[in-house]
Amino acid sequence: MTTDGLHGERPTASLRHDPLTRGLGWASAALGAPQIIRPGAVARVLGVDDAPRHRLASAVVGAREMVAAAGLLGRPRPVWLWARVGGDAMDLTLLGRALKHHDGRGQRRTEFATVATALITLTDLYAALTRTRRSTPMELTSTTTVSGSPNEVYEFWSRLEQLPTFMAHLEEVRVTGAGRSHWRAAAPFGRDVEWDAETIQDIPGQRLAWRSADGADIPNAGEVRFVPAPGGRGTEVHVRLAYDLPGGALGKAVAKYFGEEPTQQLDDDLRRFKQVFEVGEVIRSDGAPKGKQAREEFPQHPARPLSADERKEAAA
Amino acid sequence: MKANCWISPNKVDVTDVPDPTILNSRDAIVKVTSTAICGSDLHLLDGYVPTMQKGDVMGHESMGEVVEVGSGVDGDKLRVGDRVVVPFPIGCGACSACRNGLWSCCENTNPNAGVAEKMFGHPVAGIYGYSHLTGGFAGGQAEYARVVLADVNALKIESDLTDEQVLFLSDILPTGYMGADMCNITDGDVVAVWGAGPVGQFAMDSARVLGAAKVIAIDDIAYRLEMAAGQSYETINYSDTDVRSTLLELTGGRGPDKCIDAVGLEATHGAAHVQLYDRAKQAIRAETDRPHALRQAIMSCRSGGIVSVIGVYGGFIDKFPAGSWMNRSLTLKTGQCHVQRYMRPLLERIEQGELDPTRVITHRLPLAQAPHGYDIFKHKQDHCEKVVLKP
Repeated sequence: MTTDGLHGERPTASLRHDPLTRGLGWASAALGAPQIIRPGAVARVLGVDDAPRHRLASAVVGAREMVAAAGLLGRPRPVWLWARVGGDAMDLTLLGRALKHHDGRGQRRTEFATVATALITLTDLYAALTRTRRSTPMELTSTTTVSGSPNEVYEFWSRLEQLPTFMAHLEEVRVTGAGRSHWRAAAPFGRDVEWDAETIQDIPGQRLAWRSADGADIPNAGEVRFVPAPGGRGTEVHVRLAYDLPGGALGKAVAKYFGEEPTQQLDDDLRRFKQVFEVGEVIRSDGAPKGKQAREEFPQHPARPLSADERKEAAA
Repeated sequence: MKANCWISPNKVDVTDVPDPTILNSRDAIVKVTSTAICGSDLHLLDGYVPTMQKGDVMGHESMGEVVEVGSGVDGDKLRVGDRVVVPFPIGCGACSACRNGLWSCCENTNPNAGVAEKMFGHPVAGIYGYSHLTGGFAGGQAEYARVVLADVNALKIESDLTDEQVLFLSDILPTGYMGADMCNITDGDVVAVWGAGPVGQFAMDSARVLGAAKVIAIDDIAYRLEMAAGQSYETINYSDTDVRSTLLELTGGRGPDKCIDAVGLEATHGAAHVQLYDRAKQAIRAETDRPHALRQAIMSCRSGGIVSVIGVYGGFIDKFPAGSWMNRSLTLKTGQCHVQRYMRPLLERIEQGELDPTRVITHRLPLAQAPHGYDIFKHKQDHCEKVVLKP
């Protein structure tokens, strides 16, 4: 697989030199230390009385802060920022309880602490969200066997401009120079992504490999191998794609829920490729007027001829 | 146009729907002159085949006149005005399955291959009017029908045979014939056929044409057995006779050499408690299919014999007699019919008078009366064997 360098090329912000991350690390230490050393004094500053359980809570919160500080300053990773967000939620809960059961003495101080904690929470949340790398590296594979020699299938696939006839998400592929092409594709939720690709290996009848050039919306790389099936039974087409799926794990889950699962898309594309290669076009039915589409297999339009409006919609 | 549509389990209705149009360049549009109700349509009617939707046009046995062809249709093969029979499975003629004669397993014509693959492990071909599992293609119980990849699928009728003589080349004649063909019938073979419906009758005719020494029909509907007896086949009514012992008696204790299951997933059983057991399991979805005929065929077949299954199964069965099958060296063969493989040789047999498909027709109704046709066919009323609809 020649996707080497796909991820290495991406600039990764070093949290070690990130002022916000380091600032939050030191803030954790500054807040945590007194809570462990002088829990009683801290309880008074917060406007709660100096009861043993308040001391204990203060010490536990202090220990938590010290762990977060060690993490953020020692081995900075987004997970420590998220740990701070979790800790903030815990603090807000404790302060909320304190306010609810307050006897009135020092209530202003408790209220002030609550507001301060809420502001810290917002800062932590901002840091966590912006410092988390919000994409997931994906690698997909799929394969099909088509009737034809490896050379014929390779020839067919190398005519890049016709890839959109079977790759549903591709809107346009334009050859821009020797070994270079420009790609435009529909991304989940109605967005368009574009990139320039360079062919990095082209062995006629055997293998095509490509990689997106710098500045791609979604850095990606892929290869197609054309392998003769045993006994002259056509050509096995093996596709591998690697790319960074935007939106991270959450994005992946949401996309999957709406049937935009990348593996399904690749599977659909290869089935349509087989149809176009063997039959000449994508097969359409009344239920599936756009042809094979995993996310719309059932329920779908009834198996009843489409009206003029429905045909227009399907063609769009 | 008018079309017979699936509404809900046990309900079909003739309603107005849009006229079909060319969706793929090798499509043709046919003005339907004759269409028929198939036994497997009853499985759809009864709600045993999943992925039916309200409004689906029924019907996979149709013929008619070509009124429009797409720009990609080979003019040497098909033109406007041609009279054609439409095979029920849609083949592409180009994939590995089609080129090996396995047209009903075509790898390209089912746009809903994903659903089929989940249910069956591998996808199956598109079929007209036969649920979304097989592609969501509108059926032919209508005034007009779209024929997909018409130049490789449609069978042109150039002789002056009547509609009724050739209509069943779309499904039930080749299906019955394939049931007998899979039996590799040799001299002296006794062939038992479970189910004396239209497909069973054609399996019997085909077994005789292919050289069976004796053909035995098994059913519980008296008029269907009489129809078989009219062709001089032996008959067993399982409602008042023990099938296995009668088969032994009719074969000198050997058992039939070849057995054909032309019943499928909605079999009934002579013994009320066995019938109830499977009916109950089916109702609670502990099994989807009632396999009485298949079980009995396996238990009855002589050792080393062939059990050929053309009755339709959709899902899973219970109490499969694997021990009998394995220990007695039985061969189990099956498949949705590869119509395109058989239709031309069978057309010749009809032309030569070796087979008379019209013998099973008991009812001719206008399309508007399709729901009534389903009703009498399902409930075996009015001696109904086969209903032909005239749009």
